[in-house]
Amino acid sequence: MSAFIIRRLALTVVLLFIISIISFFIVTLTPGSPYPWGELNPKISAEVKANFRKKFHLDRPLPEQYAFIMHDLFTGNLRSIKDDRPVLSRIMERLPATLALNFTAILISLSFGTLLGVYAARHAGHWQDITGSFVAFLFIALPGFWISYLIAIGLVKVFGVPILGTQSYGIDFPNAAAAGLDRLWHLLIPAIVLALGGLASQSRYLRATMMESLREDYIRTARSKGLAEDVVLYKHALRNSIRPLISGIGMLLPALLGGSVVVETIFAYPGMGRLGYEAVLERDYPTLVALNFVAAALVLLGNLLSDLLYAVVDKRVRLE
Amino acid sequence: MMLEIKDLKIGFSSESGITPALHGVSLSLERGETLAIVGESGSGKSVTALAITRLLPTPPAVYQGGEILFEGRDLLKVSDAELRRVRGGKIAYIFQEPSTSLNPVYTIRSQIAEMIELHRPDVPKSTADIDAEIIHWLDAVGINEPARRLHDYPHQLSGGMQQRVMIAMALSARPDLLIADEPTTALDVTIQAQILNKLRDLQQELGMAVLLITHNFAIIPGLAKNVAVMYRGKVVEHGNTEQILRDPQHPYTKALIACIPRLGDKRRRLQTIESIN
Amino acid sequence: MSTLAITPGALGAVTQETPGARILRRFWGNPIARISVVIILFFALTAGGTALLGALGHHWPYDPNLTNLDQKLLPPSLQHWLGTDNLGRDVLSRMLNGATISLTVGLIAVAVSLGIGVIVGAIAGYFGGLTDQILMRSVDALICFPTFFLILTAVAILGPSLINIVVIIGLVSWTGTARLVRGEFLTIRETEFVKSARVLGQKDWKIIFRHILPNASAPIFVTAVLGIPDAILTEAGLSFLGFGVQPPQATWGNIIADSKTYLLEAWWLILFPGFAIFIASLAFYLAGDALREASNSRS
Repeated sequence: MSAFIIRRLALTVVLLFIISIISFFIVTLTPGSPYPWGELNPKISAEVKANFRKKFHLDRPLPEQYAFIMHDLFTGNLRSIKDDRPVLSRIMERLPATLALNFTAILISLSFGTLLGVYAARHAGHWQDITGSFVAFLFIALPGFWISYLIAIGLVKVFGVPILGTQSYGIDFPNAAAAGLDRLWHLLIPAIVLALGGLASQSRYLRATMMESLREDYIRTARSKGLAEDVVLYKHALRNSIRPLISGIGMLLPALLGGSVVVETIFAYPGMGRLGYEAVLERDYPTLVALNFVAAALVLLGNLLSDLLYAVVDKRVRLE
Repeated sequence: MMLEIKDLKIGFSSESGITPALHGVSLSLERGETLAIVGESGSGKSVTALAITRLLPTPPAVYQGGEILFEGRDLLKVSDAELRRVRGGKIAYIFQEPSTSLNPVYTIRSQIAEMIELHRPDVPKSTADIDAEIIHWLDAVGINEPARRLHDYPHQLSGGMQQRVMIAMALSARPDLLIADEPTTALDVTIQAQILNKLRDLQQELGMAVLLITHNFAIIPGLAKNVAVMYRGKVVEHGNTEQILRDPQHPYTKALIACIPRLGDKRRRLQTIESIN
Repeated sequence: MSTLAITPGALGAVTQETPGARILRRFWGNPIARISVVIILFFALTAGGTALLGALGHHWPYDPNLTNLDQKLLPPSLQHWLGTDNLGRDVLSRMLNGATISLTVGLIAVAVSLGIGVIVGAIAGYFGGLTDQILMRSVDALICFPTFFLILTAVAILGPSLINIVVIIGLVSWTGTARLVRGEFLTIRETEFVKSARVLGQKDWKIIFRHILPNASAPIFVTAVLGIPDAILTEAGLSFLGFGVQPPQATWGNIIADSKTYLLEAWWLILFPGFAIFIASLAFYLAGDALREASNSRS
């Protein structure tokens, strides 16, 4: 087990390094950047440009630039062009809301994706399976911004329910429970929209592995014992198909964090996604580098956790 | 008759139509007796064994006709709920490949406990009682220090031990009929004999019937009173083991018996079977 | 179970059929696949027809960029089947032009990602060893990035032109293909016919392109088909955020984006373009999935 953890940690460190280099290159290697005003703008004096180059270490060779940026990022010297605050703290203040949204979305994706996937595998080849597949692709093909708008319009116009932000302002809630419910509601709607695609791909993925598991000898044994079909499916087959379910967390996260740019923007939800969109609009390069890096690092962390979780669930992994 | 199979016909569907696997198989088995079904791979013996409690996945399997009368009821017609009571509780199975037949992610205890919780209302539901019952059966099949094996996973045991666990699991429900589908084929020769002897002892002790599926005629004498020889989806000979051994009627049976290697038979080459029609 | 498992009955009956023909026959036997293909063809003909008409200097039914402030925000009618937008432009005309953009983005982005993915995957899978390690660890790292946000960042930096958008989408989305191709190569590399080609002293590139790649073509083609709607949806998302193909060129995404302020009164501005994105993507996804099912030797 400990050898497995050490190997997995070493891999994570290597990947983190590659990720930091990719994030660095995105901004540094592109022509015209990282000047927020463009290289040839005549209104900007040579002095301002020189200061800017010095501030972001652009006068140094690339490897040094990389080292400086990474150093600055963690020491708080990498500051936003917009408000000159350290980018890391700008990101960190958005982190709780982002984690809440993405965690909820993952929970929805995994639970309903599992149900749909098992349902499809159980009825493989029959109309229930075909309908299930169709519904899954329906969800994947739904443009996130479109369905967000439709839901937002529907809720606001038809039901008069406020949904923007993390809570309703200007309302005096009679008690803490009502206020909590209001917050939950504000979290749940964007989370559901965000989760649709992941739910669907999770169900497709799980269906495929469930079909593999259902062909195994131990499933025949389970049936021969007289176990109910639900027990055979959810206990014996699902537990052996859990790898995609757990690694699904790692696969869902990049899509979710990316997708939350659109969803958070529409629902005015104050997470990392909206911060990213604001940074894009303001050409706030330090924030963009840091956001890409932090998001990728979060995904990497998610992968590491899911692998460790899997090693706990399936004892055979330790032997691999 | 406890089990009576009448004119069972089963096929497998594929893109190009239905390929027949059983062409009207008839068999019968008395309470407490042992019947061996012998035949080469593809003869339909395993299909017959699995068909008894409808364990063949449909599709691709298609039940095309016949009856499987168990204690007077046709298992092809009973409800799913009724069938689940028969599976495990009245008719239990052990399979050829113990390493893949046990679920790799659950402990021995958990897999046997399922059987007891489902089919043994006489055992109290407490952990201690169930543990005691499991230990009893693990001990009965010859597993050393059974209490220490409870929380092992299948991959921690040897093939022979895994098959013993399978047997313990099957017997823990106290079934009336045990169907053993090639129970020793995947095991070492020395272990084979141990397992078969254990099976015979337990059968006599518990008084259950056994349906033994095998490709190996050599293991049948002394184990099964009656034998059914299957060839290409048909029972070509069915009767007393001794008698068939002494005086086989069907050419395939003769060939099968001729293939049994015997001590002191130095001059003869081992026989192989060519196609017989 | 091996992929070569042959049921006894199937033998002899279908021996003359080539694998490709078999996949096509099974694909076409699936009603969902047939409907999807019809939708895709309709979509492609519309996009192609509009582009051709535009190149000849004609428009149907109207010039997509013709503004008419007297006729702004009109609901669907006989004159304007899908209504008009806030500048009085005909929504149907704009959507037809948007179809051209969506299809172009889908096809070119997939071509780019397929090119990179196949080359990287083939090199990693064929040569193995350290090359494989370096390439695949880079893939692992790239996969961690929030795809859409990475694309948005790159487009924002480089500027949102059609060519930038398709290249960036392609550059970011090749990882899945690379993993798939590598996996196929690892398997096929060990087959007898590849081993014998190597023993006969054939050149590496020849083995890769003549012997291995054709045998991996079915799953590669499936990922390509499934990649098209991914790219279409990504471009629509970018357009919606203002970083897609730029106005006045109409795209399905920016018709919706432009109507943000009129959402509550002009439902047709959001409903129709969104539905077009949805249906076009769905058709590609379903066709890709049906193709995968048809090429799956197990089912």
